Amino acid sequence: MLRHRGPDDSRLYLEAGAGLAHARLSVIDVRTGAQPMSNDEGTLWITFNGEIFNYIELRRDLERRGHRFHTQSDTEVLLRLYEEHGRDAIALVNGDWAFAIWDTRSRTLLLSRDRMGVRPLYYTLVERSLLFASEIKALFVDPRVSRDIDPEALDDIFTVWSPLGSRTMFKAVRELPPGHSGIWRDGRLTVSCDWQPDFSRVERDALPDGAAEERLRAHLSAATRIRLRADVPVGTYLSGGLDSSIVAALAAGERRRHGDAALALPTFSIGFDAAEFDERSYQQRVVAALGTDHHELRCTAADIVRVFPDVVWHAETPLLRTAPAPLYLLARFVRERGHKVVLTGEGADEVFGGYHIFKEAKLRRLWSERGRTARRTALVKRLYPHLPHLQRQSTAFLQSFFHAAADDLAHPCFSHLPRWSLTSRLKTLFSDSVRAAVAQRDAVAAVVARLPAAYASWDLLARAQYLEMTQLLPGYLLSAQGDRMSMAHGVETRFPYLDPDVVSFGTSLPERLVMHGLRDKVLLRRLGRTLAPAVWQRTKQPYRAPGADVFFSTASAGYASDLLAPSQIRRDGLFNPDAVSRLVRKYREGKAISVKDDMALTGVLSTQLVIHHFINHFVTDTHGALYTGTAAIHRR
Amino acid sequence: MEPYTRELRQFIVDNFLFGDSSGRFAFTDTDSLQELGIVDSTGVLELVCHLQERYAITVADDDLVPDNLDSLERIARFIDRKRGEAQMIRAS
Repeated sequence: MLRHRGPDDSRLYLEAGAGLAHARLSVIDVRTGAQPMSNDEGTLWITFNGEIFNYIELRRDLERRGHRFHTQSDTEVLLRLYEEHGRDAIALVNGDWAFAIWDTRSRTLLLSRDRMGVRPLYYTLVERSLLFASEIKALFVDPRVSRDIDPEALDDIFTVWSPLGSRTMFKAVRELPPGHSGIWRDGRLTVSCDWQPDFSRVERDALPDGAAEERLRAHLSAATRIRLRADVPVGTYLSGGLDSSIVAALAAGERRRHGDAALALPTFSIGFDAAEFDERSYQQRVVAALGTDHHELRCTAADIVRVFPDVVWHAETPLLRTAPAPLYLLARFVRERGHKVVLTGEGADEVFGGYHIFKEAKLRRLWSERGRTARRTALVKRLYPHLPHLQRQSTAFLQSFFHAAADDLAHPCFSHLPRWSLTSRLKTLFSDSVRAAVAQRDAVAAVVARLPAAYASWDLLARAQYLEMTQLLPGYLLSAQGDRMSMAHGVETRFPYLDPDVVSFGTSLPERLVMHGLRDKVLLRRLGRTLAPAVWQRTKQPYRAPGADVFFSTASAGYASDLLAPSQIRRDGLFNPDAVSRLVRKYREGKAISVKDDMALTGVLSTQLVIHHFINHFVTDTHGALYTGTAAIHRR
Repeated sequence: MEPYTRELRQFIVDNFLFGDSSGRFAFTDTDSLQELGIVDSTGVLELVCHLQERYAITVADDDLVPDNLDSLERIARFIDRKRGEAQMIRAS
């Protein structure tokens, strides 16, 4: 079931009452790093997905303490680090991980997940047993595990884009949240938080600007350097934006320093036919400047339609955008070219202040606090320069879209209220039974209830960054659009901007070096001036893909008509068939043009695909289910 | 004005609320459609297309302001004014 995540090897450890399984993607120590792996005495067993990037330094320290190693793998380092430090080992690790260590003596299992939520880890309790896996579908192979949909998770997704906390789309299945550990002992699981971001901006006054740029360069260089560690070739994704261009420049520089100049850095990118999504001209500038070995994938609307059912199969959650589909195709493209590790620019916007929502919040606060002069109102058009329909609106209208009511300002999630309020409107599509199930629920209040105590003392930008970093980043960007799309093809993605030292540095910066007025990523752009001169001044263009109209414009979308048919919607029970029919009619008549319609159609269709794959047609053999129109067939 | 608001309500409910204006999705004739998130930025363009087709009025860029289009009542007044202007032009 999880062969796609680890196509290179698979093994099992079994003893009375416990078992660990592993499907391996060999990246470090290809020859001897097999898992599950044990210590010398056979008292500790580990199964581990991910990479420990500082394993060389950790190993050196462990060797000084008398540990002797049998392999060159990072897995053995992790195991011995645990032997040496117990749970404190987690704080010493720089990496992306989901691991389980079984202690045969104390009959205790430790589950752990990396700080930012790069690698997934799900679990369920059934008949006093704990089952865990990297993906939910593996848990469903056990027929005792319920596959019932959780309406509260649906409510979360149709508000903040992903289920909150440990919730998943399925009632019986929980996710170990990012930066958390779980201890399973005597039939009980205790989950605790090991790490969360701290935006208290400790460098507020202390750091001269020049020194800040040097420190950023040092942190990012180190983060990139250790993420190039692998016994297989490492490439980078290149979007044509500032963030990935800096990563590519640093990676190319590292190769030169290590004498690999003869082999150009492999870079990979997506191009779209539609000019509004396409960034190829910028990608080419960076490729020319760095001399990379560039590979470009052309993605069409028909491609997105074709793979969308597979995308949802891997994402295991409703999606409000089609944007994961091109990344699914890009990972396949990378794998077909013989690569299985890529660095990306993900995380820079959260850590260094790049998102438009941050500017939007500042502007809304400005209007609310100081009133609306003509000049302040005109600023609104600078918020979303990449959205042509917004540029056509009058400033007065735009201002009313981004209006902040008097009590909004006092709301802890002020920055995100417009986005969440717009998304919540999609709930008009819910069926009566789902509405009844979530009638008492308030997803935004649930977000507020989870905020850390220090949050109240942070500035507006810091709060918005925190919300992005802890909600959309792990819940959507790193998972549904990240790990799940790349690991569908056995491609591992690595994120220099999410290195713990980079994150800790970024979150400590004074606001003027993050977003000064409406200038975004102030410090990162300064670094870009030398590392990515071709794009350092470029206005941010968020990664976007052709929208839900693709499902009505290409011939291969027969499955969309079937899954959105009133009879099917009624049978599956999550949405109102009349409401969905109205939405579909808008699309068929070419009248669905709004962001909300796009999210609605994608959200309903992907939810229907979740039901199709995991409720109606789930097969418990090792091949999974594939939707091909009107019936489920076996994959491959 | 009332026939306009009734028709407009139907259009808004069908097109922006997928047919449902009960409970938490309810709105009055004077509520701001933008502030309630019922009509988003592209939705305004959709609304304008509908007004032009259904009521045979011309909506200029300068007309795209909340005073004209932000609530059912305002839209109804706007239609009334526009149709009145058109009649006067025809009469003259």
